[in-house]
Amino acid sequence: MPKDTSIQKILLIGAGPIVIGQGCEFDYSGVQACKALQEEGYTVVLVNSNPATIMTDPEFAARTYIEPITPEVVEKIIIAEKPDALLPTLGGQTALNTAMSLVENGALEKHGVKLIGANAEAIEKGEDRLLFKEAMLKIGLDVPHSGVAHTMAEAEVIAKEIGTFPLIIRPAYTLGGSGGGIAYNREEFENIVTHGLDLSPVTEVLVEESLLGWKEYEMEVMRDHADNCVVICSIENFDPMGVHTGDSITVAPAQTLSDREYQIMRDASFAIIREIGVETGGSNIQFSTDPKTGRMIVIEMNPRVSRSSALASKATGFPIAKIAAKLAVGYTLDELPNDITKETPASFEPTIDYCVVKLPRFTFEKFPAADATLTTQMKAVGEAMAIGRTFKESMQKALRSLETGHSGFSFDGKDPIDVFDENGVLDEAKLEQRISIPTAERIYYLPIAMRAGWSIDRIFELCAIDRWFLANLQEIVTAGENLATLDLRRAKELGFSDVQIALARGTDQDTVRAERKAAGIIPTYRLVDTCAAEFEAATPYFYSTYGDEDESRPSDKRKIMILGGGPNRIGQGIEFDYCCVHAAFALKDLGFETIMVNSNPETVSTDYDTSDKLFFEPLTLEDVLNIYENEDCWGAIVQFGGQTPLNLAADLKRHGVNVIGTSPESIEKAEDREFFIGLLNKLDLKQAPGGTATSKEGAIEVASKIGFPVLVRPSFVLGGRAMMIVYNNEELAHYMDTAVEASPDRPVLVDRFLQDAIEIDVDCISDGETTVVGAIMEHIEQAGVHSGDSACVIPSFSLSDAMLAEITKAAKSLAKELEVIGLMNIQFAVQEGNLYVIEVNPRASRTVPFVSKTIGQPLAKYAAQVMSGERTLKEIGFTDEVIPPHIAVKEAVFPFAKFPGVDTTLSPEMKSTGEVMGIDSDLGLAYAKSQMASGAPLPTGGNLFVSVKDSDKEKVAPIAKQFHDLGFKIHTTAGTAKILKAAGVPITTLHKLHEGRRPTVIDMLKNGEITLIINTPSTDESGRLDGMHIRTTALTQRVPVISTMRGGDASLLAISSLQKGDFGVKPLQDFHE
Amino acid sequence: MPQAILALEDGRTFTGESFGATGTSVGEACFNTSMTGYQEVLTDPSYRGQIVAMTYPLIGNYGTNEADNESDIPHVRGFVVNELSTVASCYRNEKPLSEYLSDHNIIGIQRIDTRALTKHLRTRGAMRAALTTEAKSAEEAIEMAKNAAGMEGSDFVKEVSTEKGYHWDPDGTESGLWQIPNVSTGVSAERGPLPPVKHKIVAYDLGVKRNILRSLRQHGFDVEVVGARTSAKDVLAKNPDGVFFSNGPGDPSALDYVHSEMRELIGKKPIFAICLGHQVLAHALGGSTYKLKFGHRGGNQPVKDLRSGKVAITSQNHGFAVDPESLPAHVKVTHINLNDNSVEGIRHRNEPAFSVQYHPEAAPGPHDASYFFQEFSDLIDSTK
Repeated sequence: MPKDTSIQKILLIGAGPIVIGQGCEFDYSGVQACKALQEEGYTVVLVNSNPATIMTDPEFAARTYIEPITPEVVEKIIIAEKPDALLPTLGGQTALNTAMSLVENGALEKHGVKLIGANAEAIEKGEDRLLFKEAMLKIGLDVPHSGVAHTMAEAEVIAKEIGTFPLIIRPAYTLGGSGGGIAYNREEFENIVTHGLDLSPVTEVLVEESLLGWKEYEMEVMRDHADNCVVICSIENFDPMGVHTGDSITVAPAQTLSDREYQIMRDASFAIIREIGVETGGSNIQFSTDPKTGRMIVIEMNPRVSRSSALASKATGFPIAKIAAKLAVGYTLDELPNDITKETPASFEPTIDYCVVKLPRFTFEKFPAADATLTTQMKAVGEAMAIGRTFKESMQKALRSLETGHSGFSFDGKDPIDVFDENGVLDEAKLEQRISIPTAERIYYLPIAMRAGWSIDRIFELCAIDRWFLANLQEIVTAGENLATLDLRRAKELGFSDVQIALARGTDQDTVRAERKAAGIIPTYRLVDTCAAEFEAATPYFYSTYGDEDESRPSDKRKIMILGGGPNRIGQGIEFDYCCVHAAFALKDLGFETIMVNSNPETVSTDYDTSDKLFFEPLTLEDVLNIYENEDCWGAIVQFGGQTPLNLAADLKRHGVNVIGTSPESIEKAEDREFFIGLLNKLDLKQAPGGTATSKEGAIEVASKIGFPVLVRPSFVLGGRAMMIVYNNEELAHYMDTAVEASPDRPVLVDRFLQDAIEIDVDCISDGETTVVGAIMEHIEQAGVHSGDSACVIPSFSLSDAMLAEITKAAKSLAKELEVIGLMNIQFAVQEGNLYVIEVNPRASRTVPFVSKTIGQPLAKYAAQVMSGERTLKEIGFTDEVIPPHIAVKEAVFPFAKFPGVDTTLSPEMKSTGEVMGIDSDLGLAYAKSQMASGAPLPTGGNLFVSVKDSDKEKVAPIAKQFHDLGFKIHTTAGTAKILKAAGVPITTLHKLHEGRRPTVIDMLKNGEITLIINTPSTDESGRLDGMHIRTTALTQRVPVISTMRGGDASLLAISSLQKGDFGVKPLQDFHE
Repeated sequence: MPQAILALEDGRTFTGESFGATGTSVGEACFNTSMTGYQEVLTDPSYRGQIVAMTYPLIGNYGTNEADNESDIPHVRGFVVNELSTVASCYRNEKPLSEYLSDHNIIGIQRIDTRALTKHLRTRGAMRAALTTEAKSAEEAIEMAKNAAGMEGSDFVKEVSTEKGYHWDPDGTESGLWQIPNVSTGVSAERGPLPPVKHKIVAYDLGVKRNILRSLRQHGFDVEVVGARTSAKDVLAKNPDGVFFSNGPGDPSALDYVHSEMRELIGKKPIFAICLGHQVLAHALGGSTYKLKFGHRGGNQPVKDLRSGKVAITSQNHGFAVDPESLPAHVKVTHINLNDNSVEGIRHRNEPAFSVQYHPEAAPGPHDASYFFQEFSDLIDSTK
């Protein structure tokens, strides 16, 4: 069937902000879909609130709406654009849920918009637990014994029927299984069910038989209009059932299924996609098998592209999202060519001749209070993937791709030591516990058990990880124990890194590298070709292994290597991938051959279409140098991928790599305290007083000189890792003891904390001659909240022209002094009319995409062009700051809902996973849209609860007054009440929680009577606990919490704008006409 | 582990570790791209005379078991893998792969670059090879490869066809569908139920896979298996409802003695043929076959049914193919391979005879094409 010509204009819904369970894989799938549909001549209308995505670059759609993804807003877009069809299957759960709302409220029918890619009935059948179960039973497939409950009482009846603990609880329609869990006893059962019912938008949970310890598999399936079905990839989870697949180590293809079992699973997958009625596109189906009997259970399906389909695409080279988009408009699989071979059709099943390992990346260090046990609720924020010829090689590569300090599977001096006592004696009971409880760290304890001589059976009994995986890990350990004398080639084949080998041999990695190269032991690069070499492949997508033949065919063009950011984590995510992708596009345009190196399967940078050559490899010195040398690159870009490549910069340069753009020395110098002070003095710029410390005593000495509160942080980090405001010696000592490893190379910075200052972010670009400010961003939250967690506004709304000029001048002089070529980000604070420099980073920043979209100028592209030396800013035509006539607000999005019990207060340590943008000609509406997009829309009336710390009480009074004037009823507790009364604000006083008297604000929150909260964290203990309880309850009740006074001001503006009437929507293309 | 050498006739050698049996074996080197199903590959009689390399690098992971055998013994001349699993992890495992191969005196080699080998065979074509643990040097191994008999013109059917005819699974205990337990439907792990016998057929064993016989029985056929040299006259004397020709090894043009008997049967009895049987049908109808450069061996080959337009992902194992130009007008091509447009199925326009190049019985591989067995049953019904 050829493409559908009855439709011309297609609305595509993106996934919105990056959150746990919905990462940048949907940018990857969205970009593929946009490209595929535009290629077919369709007019694409896109809505996505996330400005950090490549898909929201104006060239990927005819009309790009950076607007909140809510049914109301999408309907406005439909009215404005009159699309013929809506494609909801490429934007994750967000797009699917939004599309379903538009079906249910009749909007699609009313405006004559056809749903393509999946029909409403199929979505419902796939997503609704009960309907899904019925469908599975209808086609004779096995499901766990279970039942659906809408109340606690119903849940209890089901639990009784099943009869035994543990029980699994899964709420309906939540992201990443959010709110689910495993209950081992009645109390846990009640807690999890209650929480799950709360979180489910339809107040529904599934209670089911536990399959803990069973094997888990995934099948990525595609179907076309003609009912042709193919499996793109099978995936086997290393972690058995009980751990969310997003949190599991996963391996492709399935390793321990015999063909008979595999074919039964394949048949079942097709039966499911047909029964559910997914007419076209990709689906992900999860199975579990009993390792003892082979009984196979259907767990769930996603009737859309997913995180796993992105992984499957990267693992096989088959572009699922691109093909899904083409199937949605009517093509059949056999009409589409396989991109990789060009000669064979897409109607085939990829066969691979390597093994892929994906490891999840967690950030529990950001949330010390969170439960780090892995359960059915996803907690990972990113992932790394590695490809090798054996599981052993892939696993070791994946572990070093993860960038958690490990250089492979053990033998890197990084084994955990907490299972040994002070005499080095192994605490077996503790080790057993570490192995039996699934956590992010479990993999690092396995080698300890193996070295202690524990049998595979003993380990298996503890963790139920399949013996095949354990046996392979055991082989690494056995080889590792003789690593000093092991044949070098054999060691490399087993995936050992030069760092591991060096450690075993008591030498350094440079020596191992030299010896290895002298012996001719260098990696061979292999094509990811979808066909196990059966056909010649056209697409340059490579991985390394130690084999006989290299397939990389280096050209003699001038090549620039772009180092990506590796696995996403808080502080280093999609924004950096955005910059890397732009670099690839820009350099390709200038005629360079671009070589992308990255290990993150969720990204657009690892789409083989993005660069001329893609190397899916760990971002370590060894792996990067190998590629650089093999390709004989002309230069490398390290300033776009976040901290990961920056950390390599100096070593790369030492090995002769031509690091283009700002020199690694300049980048390092900006982190050097002494140099920095000198630099600021020279430029007559101010900095908050401070010093550096390499010990606890040193830190206390600095603090006593400059006075508390102080801001402490380690050097060389992104995302404010371990950054804190401390108020006294005791806190400071505790920080130095526990939070950081200070050393002379990496000292701790101690600065006076600038209270109540306005924080400013500046992104600028320089070619060495000209420096242009991209934007001056004014933060909503005052200094002290990490810039990644603050809302910020372009253009600045409260600073004087004189201050803006001072900021611009400072930025330009800093760029000049640091000899910046490329991008630079500076953070300033303005306190009482004084400008302070907080930090200077001569590299791409998190805000580059936000700025680029706001001002309509692709900064990262320009930066890549000037770094290549081929263009000056003058030649590009970008010499003056663009002050947009509209206003854009960036707001951060947080993962608190995934970490029950974690305080939601903002601090200098970054905690947000993603961002949204609100854009409008009115500041209030731009802010209102940003809040709407972040999932915490501001109310236009109702009950406001106000409770702030003492130092904020004076400031909150006028804010409360204005809320009152806007029609809000103000509720507060005794302390704040006094001030508000005195200011003439009519209020109702509620009891404080710790007083024990009812009703309290918690009761009102739970009854849905509170619409908005203003709360700043109290400094005294009882107030602090009360505040935390209020904020976490507000989180589960989805009531927005304003936690800063400036946030209060912004909210007032927003609400008053919302009260004035309806808001409009406008595509990016019209903003930048 | 002792060393083993895989030498190709064109002088390329791969040195690795030996597993399974030791000694020397010669044959045609080819590769299979299935990621699962190595045991079915080993025991498929169609691989007679071949040294098979698996492109999937990790082999032996789930061990071996009696139920997955496609015949009594492994037929490959040698088995080439990137890495042999040291552990067999599956509840179905009865014997690790290495031990299984030793027991059957099959030489294996591991830790060679199977992708390099695959690319070599892809570009140079399938060729003669020697797999040896005895050669003192690479040169000696290459000589062994050069001295091996080639595949073209070779009749391996005589080595694998049954000597005596037999009645397949008369009590119905072997043929039921292999199942996994299902608590929701109450199905236990035993073989599934069989339909009553509807048609009695004779099956020419050119190297038949067990799952073909099982599939036939599952579709209501009572099967009498006969040797490759059985005459048409003898078959007709049994008055079957139809005649089936199986898969098998070697060059179809070397099987004149089968072509002639099949020619006798066309028009007299409904005929269905698979793989080598399909190629024989082409010959019997006056067409010819040619040797593919490196063959189709794997479980992911897309085949389009030209009648319905539907695409099936198929299990294939063939080194020869039917030349569409050679087919007379009364033969219609019904299926083509979408990768190279080669012929995958033919049908006589006037007489009840059809055939398929690939493996509707799967084992290993996808079940997408199992409809052929039903088509055979329908064909017999329509001619009655």
